[in-house]
Amino acid sequence: MTASEATSLTTSSELVERIRERARFVRLETVRLISIAKTGHYSSTFSCAEIMATLYYGVMRLKHGDPAWPDRDRFVMGKGHAAVGLYPILADHGFFDPALLDGYTRLGNPLGDHPDMTKVPGCDFSSGSLGHNLSVGLGMALGARMTGRDFNVYALLGDGELHEGQVWEAAAAAGHYGVGNLVAIVDRNGYCLDGKVDDIIAIEPLADRWRAFGWDVAEVDGHDVPALLETLLRIRDGARDRPTAVIAHTVKGKGVSFMERDFGWHLGWLAEQDEAAVIRELKDEK
Amino acid sequence: MNLNTESLIPRGPDGQPLAEGTWHIPSMLLKSPGLLALGTHLGALVDEGEPVVVLTPDLSYSNGLWAFRERHPDRFLQLGVSEQNSVSVAAGLATTGLRPYVTGFASFLALLCCEQIRTDLAYTRQPVRLVGHHAGIVFGFYGTSHHATEDIAIMRTIANMTVVAPADHVALGALMRAYRDHPLPVYFRMGRGREPIVYDEGDERIRPGKAVVHATGADLTIIATGTSVYPSLRAAEELRAAGHDVGVIDMHTIKPLDADAVLAAAERSRALMTVEEHNVLGGLGGAVAETLTEHGIGVPLMRHGVRDEYALIGPPTHLYRHYRLDGPGIAHEARAYLERITRDAR
Repeated sequence: MTASEATSLTTSSELVERIRERARFVRLETVRLISIAKTGHYSSTFSCAEIMATLYYGVMRLKHGDPAWPDRDRFVMGKGHAAVGLYPILADHGFFDPALLDGYTRLGNPLGDHPDMTKVPGCDFSSGSLGHNLSVGLGMALGARMTGRDFNVYALLGDGELHEGQVWEAAAAAGHYGVGNLVAIVDRNGYCLDGKVDDIIAIEPLADRWRAFGWDVAEVDGHDVPALLETLLRIRDGARDRPTAVIAHTVKGKGVSFMERDFGWHLGWLAEQDEAAVIRELKDEK
Repeated sequence: MNLNTESLIPRGPDGQPLAEGTWHIPSMLLKSPGLLALGTHLGALVDEGEPVVVLTPDLSYSNGLWAFRERHPDRFLQLGVSEQNSVSVAAGLATTGLRPYVTGFASFLALLCCEQIRTDLAYTRQPVRLVGHHAGIVFGFYGTSHHATEDIAIMRTIANMTVVAPADHVALGALMRAYRDHPLPVYFRMGRGREPIVYDEGDERIRPGKAVVHATGADLTIIATGTSVYPSLRAAEELRAAGHDVGVIDMHTIKPLDADAVLAAAERSRALMTVEEHNVLGGLGGAVAETLTEHGIGVPLMRHGVRDEYALIGPPTHLYRHYRLDGPGIAHEARAYLERITRDAR
């Protein structure tokens, strides 16, 4: 795709509407799947619903039904606890039978709270231990160079995850080697388990941190689909001699009013009545 | 492979080599044929068309990969002092069809990166090779931070992991080649590359997962691994000269363990003794004990190694003497053990 085609797509209201609709689908499926598990990461997934939908429906080069296509763009989840929102997208891309979603987390089902690449077609790398996957994504991006392939690697990182030292080992190496096909997207929802990320251990000035490690930085409203799409396409189709960090400013629990106000919804479960109210709110959202 | 080692030699202000015996990091490599051989073995795999990529955390001299880097700079990845990042980067590289080898001091590779190895390599079934060198107490007075007497135990409890401790660099080369196409991760444990040579090139007894039986004996079989094989062979000679009938087995593959070799030794010998430069808990001794117990074999077993403690400070050879991990020390321990079980049997 050329830059001008990308620009025309960016302005395509149909694509934007489709991504918004798929982000709503991610949230609704998240609620449905968590109702099966009776525990799950609602608000961490809601904060990155637009990010994942924009990547998978507007940015990444993928082949429907072919999760092992060697030239596909890769997506690794540093914050693997949002996998519940990724699974419906992967099934939607024909990577596995959507019926598997109905058995989410049940004995023997491939879909667990954290993603397992050996069990889930389309899952580009396993996750669950915070701090690893920027390194893994760096390895994939370097591997593309060494094997003469031209794919991009998108690493979705939690902002709390940035407390992990290994993230900055990977950041330093990616900056040093100018790994331009690596994009880190920080889901800057502001909260980790115990409260506000920056009250616990401050990570600001975040953009300056990435720049100091040799990265280009873009900041964007992580729920503004046209802005996300424009930013990610510009990176994809632009000069590629440096890695890019996209700081996506998001709201933890986005889309459900009471979750947006209470960081405790990092993990939880909704009884039937509350779940029905949440679904109503998500469906009414435009 | 012919290497120009000129660049490794330390030089004075006039550009002339410094005095014989003076050494620095690069020239130390010239005294460590086993480390140079590691680089050479890896280079040979690339020459044969293997998609090898070698990662080092700022140790290309300390682990001999200088030899590899000189020959295949495009397959060499320097990641600086960041072992954990190196392991996870290797995982990502492996997903693109490459065959990464991560090298590092065993103390940091196996202990610092234990979780990255478990989660990013073993759980995900990535065919990454780990080479932990300077394992055991060979770092001597550098201290416990640099010793690795836990690595075998840690690595063998990680599902999907194979654990190999070659006795010398000939066996290392043979086993690296033997496991070349293994679809899962492998941990290779080695010393500092100055170990005496046990095997001739091309020795066909070195096969993956199969112990090498050097000798059988009715009184005692010593089952040794890695750097303890050579001194165990010397100890057996000493014991035989004193009238004991002693066998020696090189258990280079600790996981999966060659249970048949252990059971055959238990049938043939009155007693068994394991020898390893590792804690007696959880390593080779643990693996042999588990095997015997599971098969209901009640043969006396002595686990010799580091006895659940941190080693003293001292030069490595002095430590080996102190902990009786050199030939005479192993012979001493074996004699005392044989006397003890003979006395107990009366």
